[in-house]
Amino acid sequence: MTIIEEVSVPSPRDGDGGPLLEVRDLHVEFHTREGVVKAVNGVNYSVAAGETLAVLGESGSGKSVTAQAIMGILDMPPAKIPQGEIRFRGEDMLRMSGEDRRKIRGRRIAMIFQDALSSLNPVLSVGYQLGEMFRVHHGMSKKDAKAKAIELMDRVKIPAAAARVNDYPHQFSGGMRQRIMIAMALALEPELIIADEPTTALDVTVQAQVMDLLADLQREYNMGLILITHDLGVVADVADKIAVMYAGRIVETAPVHELYKRPAHPYTRGLLDSIPRLDQKGQELYAIKGLPPNLLRIPTGCAFNPRCPKAQDICRTDIPPLLPVTEQDGAELPGRASACHFWKETLHG
Amino acid sequence: MAELSKNDEPQDATPNVSEVDVVDAHSEAESVAAIEAPVERGEPILQVRGLVKHFPLTQGILFKKQVGAVKAVDGVSFDLHQGETLGIVGESGCGKSTVAKLLMNLERATAGEIFYKGQDITKLSGRALKAVRRNIQMVFQDPYTSLNPRMTVGDIIGEPFDIHPEVAPKGDRRRRVQELLDVVGLNPEYINRYPHQFSGGQRQRIGIARGLALNPEIIICDEPVSALDVSVQAQVINLMERLQDEFNLSYIFIAHDLSIVRHISDRVGVMYLGKMAEIGTDEQIYDHPTHPYTQALLSAVPVPDPEARESRERIILTGDVPSPANPPSGCRFRTRCWKAQDKCAEEVPLLAIPERFKDTDSPAAHESACHFAEEKDVVHA
Repeated sequence: MTIIEEVSVPSPRDGDGGPLLEVRDLHVEFHTREGVVKAVNGVNYSVAAGETLAVLGESGSGKSVTAQAIMGILDMPPAKIPQGEIRFRGEDMLRMSGEDRRKIRGRRIAMIFQDALSSLNPVLSVGYQLGEMFRVHHGMSKKDAKAKAIELMDRVKIPAAAARVNDYPHQFSGGMRQRIMIAMALALEPELIIADEPTTALDVTVQAQVMDLLADLQREYNMGLILITHDLGVVADVADKIAVMYAGRIVETAPVHELYKRPAHPYTRGLLDSIPRLDQKGQELYAIKGLPPNLLRIPTGCAFNPRCPKAQDICRTDIPPLLPVTEQDGAELPGRASACHFWKETLHG
Repeated sequence: MAELSKNDEPQDATPNVSEVDVVDAHSEAESVAAIEAPVERGEPILQVRGLVKHFPLTQGILFKKQVGAVKAVDGVSFDLHQGETLGIVGESGCGKSTVAKLLMNLERATAGEIFYKGQDITKLSGRALKAVRRNIQMVFQDPYTSLNPRMTVGDIIGEPFDIHPEVAPKGDRRRRVQELLDVVGLNPEYINRYPHQFSGGQRQRIGIARGLALNPEIIICDEPVSALDVSVQAQVINLMERLQDEFNLSYIFIAHDLSIVRHISDRVGVMYLGKMAEIGTDEQIYDHPTHPYTQALLSAVPVPDPEARESRERIILTGDVPSPANPPSGCRFRTRCWKAQDKCAEEVPLLAIPERFKDTDSPAAHESACHFAEEKDVVHA
């Protein structure tokens, strides 16, 4: 595969060994008529090249808003970023000029959205839309751009790419459209890809194809990948590390194997216990009581306290910080942290 | 009823389903009496035979001419027993939701029969049909669009009583609605609220309360929890299981999430492109699948257990589901099947217990529509 080599993207791919992207104490709020919606309340995470970080959370947990803040595609207003840093290769993107930011967006950080049909322009052929990347960013001729588009479609395993390059989005199936979205995100060989629920709209058999493709391409190009999802199954398949979000905060981070084996936060434990199993028939499902919080009125203290079986007085008053957790004998657990006052009981109990 | 085009008459793909005890009703009153009669637990309450639904494809504006048909459901047969949950799984476009609509009589079947307590509901009308409809209710997928935003919760749940006033006399309705709210775990004082004041999970509870209003015997649930968050999904599933015990309901549970279907179902049918590929108890289907499509489907499910993933065999199918307007000849799965032979293109495999497992106690001895049915465990590590 040669396309990417020919395209000279000014990207310091070698890097300095530090994280590719680092989000520090990010806050995002939306100013609405009903009040201030605090969607993200101090998120910290980082991704290295070649690494997959899964951000897991339910609707309203702030996982997508964080991604949009990283991409710089939040509508501001109503959104506002009162504090925080988003460092890409050490540079804070929030303090950059709009023009510098644009140079990064799409070219060095690309995004794959959930709904491929509404993310593609229905009145332009997919070849035109793929070629646009090369025409706009590299000033290629129409003909060359189309040739590149065909190569890309081949790359994401669309059969008979040359014959289908002039087809329109509606002529492709859901899985094929999602492949085209992946091709588009890959076109400029970004260093980081953010995939927001990339397979949620797809059937399981197609979902497996698309996730495999994404993982292969990531390995090949040594990209960082932030995978945003609510599906604990998809995460287990591809992620290296996981950040679990609840009400705009990260409540737990862990390497993927550790998290499933021994969760250190009652919310994570509740989520894992509430999914039925495929390989055996269980008894009654464990259900986390209550509802996710209204972001206009996040509970004081730990946002999860009204639903938590372990909640004590301290949980209603003090916000638990995200702190590293350890083994019972004090041995370190690298990469693990929990934002629970009672992580010890949850992890070891 | 639309006519079937000549050379694709649907074969009855299920030669060995049990005979239906057809109730001979000569008058409407007799029909109604048969419908009102109770069915014993474990006896078939709903029997579907050779069900077909073709949606015509037309061309031309003034003079419409049929140029083909989308074969959404093409010869499906199964039984639903009183008190059980029959899960139906399959990918989008396999016809599972069309089956739901046909069972509700919201769509007219192109061919085939649906026997409810021995009465073919596709042929009923008038009072008898109304009585059937009272007894078969539905819970829809999307809790946001299936509730009228301009009606209060009380009106939504109470609306079935307008059509079937015999269930709850006028003066009693408010109390009945409040009872129903309580049954599904909502505060009865919310009766005057509007749908937008509720979360997704609560709305789905309202949908369930509406389904329960007429004391039905069968509830057809079309993807009832797929729009809900994981933590809320478990609550709704538990509620549905509790209601089934409490009100002695039979469920047809349609979903694409195989783990949830296994959890709630007693028996499971796997559909592919308008046909039933395999049907059996949850243990037979999940632990001893014999149809290659079931095996591929199960192996593709992402399991929330990274260790199991590494030791589990995964079958990644190539390609997409073919169009139901132009399905492959013979076995419909053959275009994506790794076992396909010439025979698969020529002969439609019947949904039957595979010859080699017949008369054995093996859990693989359940109905599977494959010429080369073979047991293969793909779920366990």
